[in-house]
Amino acid sequence: MSAGEKYVAAAYGVFLVFVLVWAAIIATKLSRLERETGELARLARARTAGEQGDG
Amino acid sequence: MSITRPSLSVLAALAVALAAASVLLTFFIAPEDADQGLSQKIFYVHVPIALTAYACFGLGAWKALRLLLTRGERYDLESYTGIHQGTIFGALTLVTGSIWAKASWGVWWTWSSNQLVLFLVLFLFYCAYFMLRFSIEPGPQRERISAVYALFGVALIPVSFFAIRLASDFIHPTVFTREGPQMTGSMFAAFCTSWAAITLLAYVMYRTELAGKRTDVNLRELREALAR
Repeated sequence: MSAGEKYVAAAYGVFLVFVLVWAAIIATKLSRLERETGELARLARARTAGEQGDG
Repeated sequence: MSITRPSLSVLAALAVALAAASVLLTFFIAPEDADQGLSQKIFYVHVPIALTAYACFGLGAWKALRLLLTRGERYDLESYTGIHQGTIFGALTLVTGSIWAKASWGVWWTWSSNQLVLFLVLFLFYCAYFMLRFSIEPGPQRERISAVYALFGVALIPVSFFAIRLASDFIHPTVFTREGPQMTGSMFAAFCTSWAAITLLAYVMYRTELAGKRTDVNLRELREALAR
Protein backbone atom coordinates (compact mmCIF):
# COMPACT_ATOMS: atom_id res chain seq x y z
CA MET A 1 0.00 0.00 0.00
CA SER A 2 1.50 3.36 -1.06
CA ALA A 3 1.61 6.41 1.23
CA GLY A 4 -1.12 8.11 -0.85
CA GLU A 5 -3.39 5.09 -0.53
CA LYS A 6 -2.87 5.01 3.24
CA TYR A 7 -3.85 8.67 3.63
CA VAL A 8 -6.95 8.28 1.41
CA ALA A 9 -7.96 5.15 3.37
CA ALA A 10 -7.43 7.04 6.65
CA ALA A 11 -9.59 10.03 5.56
CA TYR A 12 -12.47 7.85 4.35
CA GLY A 13 -12.00 5.51 7.33
CA VAL A 14 -12.38 8.40 9.81
CA PHE A 15 -15.68 9.33 8.19
CA LEU A 16 -16.92 5.73 8.19
CA VAL A 17 -15.97 5.26 11.86
CA PHE A 18 -17.79 8.50 12.70
CA VAL A 19 -21.01 7.26 11.03
CA LEU A 20 -20.75 3.90 12.85
CA VAL A 21 -20.10 5.55 16.24
CA TRP A 22 -23.06 7.89 15.66
CA ALA A 23 -25.30 4.90 14.80
CA ALA A 24 -24.14 3.13 17.99
CA ILE A 25 -24.88 6.21 20.11
CA ILE A 26 -28.36 6.56 18.59
CA ALA A 27 -29.03 2.83 19.14
CA THR A 28 -28.03 3.19 22.83
CA LYS A 29 -30.23 6.26 23.20
CA LEU A 30 -33.17 4.48 21.53
CA SER A 31 -32.91 1.53 23.93
CA ARG A 32 -32.81 3.94 26.90
CA LEU A 33 -35.89 5.78 25.62
CA GLU A 34 -37.67 2.44 25.11
CA ARG A 35 -36.85 1.40 28.70
CA GLU A 36 -37.98 4.73 30.15
CA THR A 37 -41.21 4.72 28.11
CA GLY A 38 -41.91 1.20 29.39
CA GLU A 39 -41.37 2.32 33.00
CA LEU A 40 -43.74 5.27 32.54
CA ALA A 41 -46.37 3.05 30.91
CA ARG A 42 -46.17 0.64 33.89
CA LEU A 43 -46.48 3.58 36.28
CA ALA A 44 -49.51 4.92 34.40
CA ARG A 45 -51.16 1.47 34.35
CA ALA A 46 -50.56 1.04 38.10
CA ARG A 47 -52.03 4.47 38.78
CA THR A 48 -55.11 3.76 36.64
CA ALA A 49 -55.61 0.41 38.41
CA GLY A 50 -55.28 2.16 41.82
CA GLU A 51 -57.84 4.80 40.87
CA GLN A 52 -60.29 2.14 39.68
CA GLY A 53 -59.74 0.20 42.92
CA ASP A 54 -60.47 3.33 45.01
CA GLY A 55 -63.57 4.15 42.92
CA MET B 1 -51.62 22.92 -1.15
CA SER B 2 -49.62 21.59 1.75
CA ILE B 3 -46.05 20.34 1.35
CA THR B 4 -45.30 17.31 3.51
CA ARG B 5 -41.77 16.53 4.63
CA PRO B 6 -40.31 13.34 3.13
CA SER B 7 -40.02 10.50 5.63
CA LEU B 8 -36.73 9.97 7.40
CA SER B 9 -36.31 6.42 6.10
CA VAL B 10 -36.67 7.59 2.47
CA LEU B 11 -34.07 10.32 3.03
CA ALA B 12 -31.70 7.87 4.76
CA ALA B 13 -32.01 5.40 1.85
CA LEU B 14 -31.36 8.22 -0.61
CA ALA B 15 -28.27 9.31 1.37
CA VAL B 16 -26.89 5.74 1.27
CA ALA B 17 -27.54 5.50 -2.50
CA LEU B 18 -25.84 8.86 -3.10
CA ALA B 19 -22.88 7.83 -0.91
CA ALA B 20 -22.46 4.61 -2.93
CA ALA B 21 -22.65 6.60 -6.19
CA SER B 22 -20.09 9.11 -4.92
CA VAL B 23 -17.62 6.33 -3.99
CA LEU B 24 -18.09 4.84 -7.46
CA LEU B 25 -17.57 8.20 -9.17
CA THR B 26 -14.61 9.15 -6.97
CA PHE B 27 -12.60 5.94 -7.27
CA PHE B 28 -13.63 4.52 -10.64
CA ILE B 29 -14.71 7.42 -12.88
CA ALA B 30 -12.94 10.65 -11.80
CA PRO B 31 -9.31 10.76 -13.01
CA GLU B 32 -6.34 11.09 -10.66
CA ASP B 33 -5.05 14.62 -10.17
CA ALA B 34 -1.87 15.36 -12.14
CA ASP B 35 -0.23 17.22 -9.22
CA GLN B 36 -1.34 15.38 -6.08
CA GLY B 37 -2.04 11.92 -7.44
CA LEU B 38 -4.25 9.62 -5.38
CA SER B 39 -4.22 11.80 -2.24
CA GLN B 40 -6.40 14.37 -4.10
CA LYS B 41 -9.30 11.89 -3.63
CA ILE B 42 -9.50 13.21 -0.05
CA PHE B 43 -10.92 16.39 -1.60
CA TYR B 44 -14.20 14.55 -2.35
CA VAL B 45 -14.80 13.85 1.35
CA HIS B 46 -13.03 16.77 3.04
CA VAL B 47 -14.63 19.72 1.17
CA PRO B 48 -18.24 18.37 1.35
CA ILE B 49 -17.78 17.78 5.10
CA ALA B 50 -16.51 21.36 5.54
CA LEU B 51 -19.42 22.81 3.51
CA THR B 52 -21.86 20.70 5.56
CA ALA B 53 -20.33 22.05 8.77
CA TYR B 54 -20.92 25.62 7.50
CA ALA B 55 -24.51 24.68 6.56
CA CYS B 56 -25.17 23.20 10.03
CA PHE B 57 -23.79 26.29 11.79
CA GLY B 58 -25.92 28.43 9.44
CA LEU B 59 -29.00 26.34 10.27
CA GLY B 60 -28.29 26.70 13.99
CA ALA B 61 -28.00 30.48 13.59
CA TRP B 62 -31.20 30.66 11.49
CA LYS B 63 -33.14 28.78 14.17
CA ALA B 64 -31.61 31.07 16.80
CA LEU B 65 -32.85 34.09 14.84
CA ARG B 66 -36.33 32.54 14.63
CA LEU B 67 -36.24 32.04 18.41
CA LEU B 68 -35.35 35.67 19.04
CA LEU B 69 -38.01 36.93 16.62
CA THR B 70 -40.90 34.64 17.55
CA ARG B 71 -39.98 33.43 21.08
CA GLY B 72 -40.91 29.95 19.87
CA GLU B 73 -39.49 27.48 22.40
CA ARG B 74 -39.01 24.72 19.84
CA TYR B 75 -36.36 26.76 17.99
CA ASP B 76 -34.01 26.51 20.97
CA LEU B 77 -33.70 22.74 20.62
CA GLU B 78 -33.47 23.05 16.82
CA SER B 79 -30.71 25.67 17.05
CA TYR B 80 -28.80 23.59 19.62
CA THR B 81 -29.07 20.44 17.47
CA GLY B 82 -27.88 22.33 14.36
CA ILE B 83 -24.85 23.67 16.18
CA HIS B 84 -24.14 20.24 17.67
CA GLN B 85 -24.13 18.74 14.16
CA GLY B 86 -21.95 21.60 12.90
CA THR B 87 -19.41 21.00 15.65
CA ILE B 88 -19.24 17.28 14.84
CA PHE B 89 -18.76 18.00 11.13
CA GLY B 90 -16.29 20.76 12.04
CA ALA B 91 -14.17 18.24 13.99
CA LEU B 92 -14.33 15.89 11.00
CA THR B 93 -13.22 18.75 8.71
CA LEU B 94 -10.17 19.37 10.88
CA VAL B 95 -9.27 15.66 11.03
CA THR B 96 -9.70 14.94 7.29
CA GLY B 97 -7.99 18.26 6.47
CA SER B 98 -5.02 17.30 8.64
CA ILE B 99 -4.71 13.95 6.86
CA TRP B 100 -4.83 15.70 3.47
CA ALA B 101 -2.28 18.30 4.65
CA LYS B 102 0.11 15.54 5.73
CA ALA B 103 -0.32 13.79 2.37
CA SER B 104 0.11 16.96 0.28
CA TRP B 105 2.30 19.32 2.30
CA GLY B 106 4.09 16.86 4.59
CA VAL B 107 2.73 18.48 7.78
CA TRP B 108 -0.39 17.75 9.86
CA TRP B 109 -1.09 21.44 10.43
CA THR B 110 0.24 24.84 9.36
CA TRP B 111 -0.45 28.18 11.02
CA SER B 112 0.49 30.05 7.81
CA SER B 113 -2.80 29.22 6.06
CA ASN B 114 -5.50 31.76 6.98
CA GLN B 115 -8.37 29.45 6.05
CA LEU B 116 -7.16 26.70 8.36
CA VAL B 117 -6.71 29.08 11.28
CA LEU B 118 -10.06 30.80 10.69
CA PHE B 119 -11.87 27.46 10.49
CA LEU B 120 -10.23 26.47 13.79
CA VAL B 121 -11.42 29.77 15.32
CA LEU B 122 -14.97 29.10 14.05
CA PHE B 123 -14.86 25.56 15.45
CA LEU B 124 -13.57 26.68 18.86
CA PHE B 125 -16.15 29.49 18.95
CA TYR B 126 -18.95 26.96 18.60
CA CYS B 127 -17.28 24.59 21.09
CA ALA B 128 -17.55 27.44 23.60
CA TYR B 129 -21.31 27.61 22.80
CA PHE B 130 -21.79 24.37 24.74
CA MET B 131 -19.84 25.67 27.73
CA LEU B 132 -21.99 28.80 27.78
CA ARG B 133 -25.25 26.89 27.29
CA PHE B 134 -24.64 24.35 30.04
CA SER B 135 -23.40 26.96 32.51
CA ILE B 136 -26.89 28.55 32.60
CA GLU B 137 -30.02 27.08 34.21
CA PRO B 138 -32.57 25.83 31.62
CA GLY B 139 -35.22 28.41 30.83
CA PRO B 140 -35.97 31.47 28.69
CA GLN B 141 -32.75 33.25 29.72
CA ARG B 142 -30.59 30.34 28.56
CA GLU B 143 -32.55 30.14 25.31
CA ARG B 144 -32.02 33.83 24.53
CA ILE B 145 -28.32 33.97 25.50
CA SER B 146 -27.57 30.80 23.50
CA ALA B 147 -29.44 32.22 20.50
CA VAL B 148 -27.51 35.51 20.58
CA TYR B 149 -24.19 33.62 20.82
CA ALA B 150 -25.16 31.33 17.92
CA LEU B 151 -25.99 34.38 15.81
CA PHE B 152 -22.63 36.04 16.53
CA GLY B 153 -20.84 32.92 15.31
CA VAL B 154 -22.52 33.00 11.92
CA ALA B 155 -20.54 36.14 11.06
CA LEU B 156 -17.39 34.00 11.10
CA ILE B 157 -18.73 31.67 8.39
CA PRO B 158 -18.27 33.99 5.36
CA VAL B 159 -14.95 35.21 6.79
CA SER B 160 -13.73 31.62 7.06
CA PHE B 161 -15.16 30.67 3.66
CA PHE B 162 -13.68 33.59 1.74
CA ALA B 163 -10.40 33.76 3.69
CA ILE B 164 -8.65 31.68 1.07
CA ARG B 165 -9.48 34.28 -1.58
CA LEU B 166 -8.36 37.17 0.59
CA ALA B 167 -5.17 35.48 1.78
CA SER B 168 -1.82 36.45 0.37
CA ASP B 169 -0.42 32.93 0.79
CA PHE B 170 -1.82 30.29 -1.52
CA ILE B 171 -0.75 27.16 0.29
CA HIS B 172 -4.39 26.01 0.53
CA PRO B 173 -5.67 25.09 -2.97
CA THR B 174 -8.44 27.18 -4.60
CA VAL B 175 -10.67 24.97 -6.71
CA PHE B 176 -13.70 27.19 -7.24
CA THR B 177 -12.81 30.48 -8.93
CA ARG B 178 -14.77 33.13 -10.84
CA GLU B 179 -14.12 31.13 -14.00
CA GLY B 180 -15.90 28.12 -12.47
CA PRO B 181 -14.67 24.85 -10.96
CA GLN B 182 -11.04 24.11 -11.87
CA MET B 183 -11.56 20.39 -12.51
CA THR B 184 -12.85 18.02 -15.15
CA GLY B 185 -16.56 17.25 -15.60
CA SER B 186 -16.28 13.79 -14.00
CA MET B 187 -14.38 15.24 -11.02
CA PHE B 188 -17.08 17.89 -10.58
CA ALA B 189 -19.82 15.23 -10.83
CA ALA B 190 -18.05 13.15 -8.14
CA PHE B 191 -17.72 16.22 -5.94
CA CYS B 192 -21.39 17.23 -6.32
CA THR B 193 -22.62 13.69 -5.62
CA SER B 194 -20.42 13.43 -2.54
CA TRP B 195 -21.61 16.84 -1.34
CA ALA B 196 -25.26 15.87 -1.82
CA ALA B 197 -24.72 12.56 0.03
CA ILE B 198 -22.98 14.16 3.02
CA THR B 199 -25.46 17.06 3.27
CA LEU B 200 -28.40 14.64 3.15
CA LEU B 201 -26.72 12.39 5.73
CA ALA B 202 -26.26 15.41 8.00
CA TYR B 203 -29.93 16.34 7.57
CA VAL B 204 -31.03 12.78 8.45
CA MET B 205 -28.77 12.90 11.51
CA TYR B 206 -30.16 16.32 12.46
CA ARG B 207 -33.76 15.12 12.33
CA THR B 208 -32.95 11.87 14.17
CA GLU B 209 -31.08 13.70 16.93
CA LEU B 210 -33.83 16.29 17.19
CA ALA B 211 -36.50 13.57 17.49
CA GLY B 212 -34.47 11.93 20.27
CA LYS B 213 -34.06 15.20 22.17
CA ARG B 214 -37.77 16.05 21.82
CA THR B 215 -38.71 12.58 23.09
CA ASP B 216 -36.38 13.14 26.05
CA VAL B 217 -38.15 16.42 26.89
CA ASN B 218 -41.61 14.84 26.52
CA LEU B 219 -40.62 11.90 28.74
CA ARG B 220 -39.32 14.25 31.43
CA GLU B 221 -42.60 16.18 31.43
CA LEU B 222 -44.60 12.95 31.51
CA ARG B 223 -42.54 11.65 34.42
CA GLU B 224 -43.12 14.86 36.37
CA ALA B 225 -46.86 14.73 35.63
CA LEU B 226 -47.12 11.11 36.77
CA ALA B 227 -45.12 11.79 39.95
CA ARG B 228 -47.70 14.35 41.13
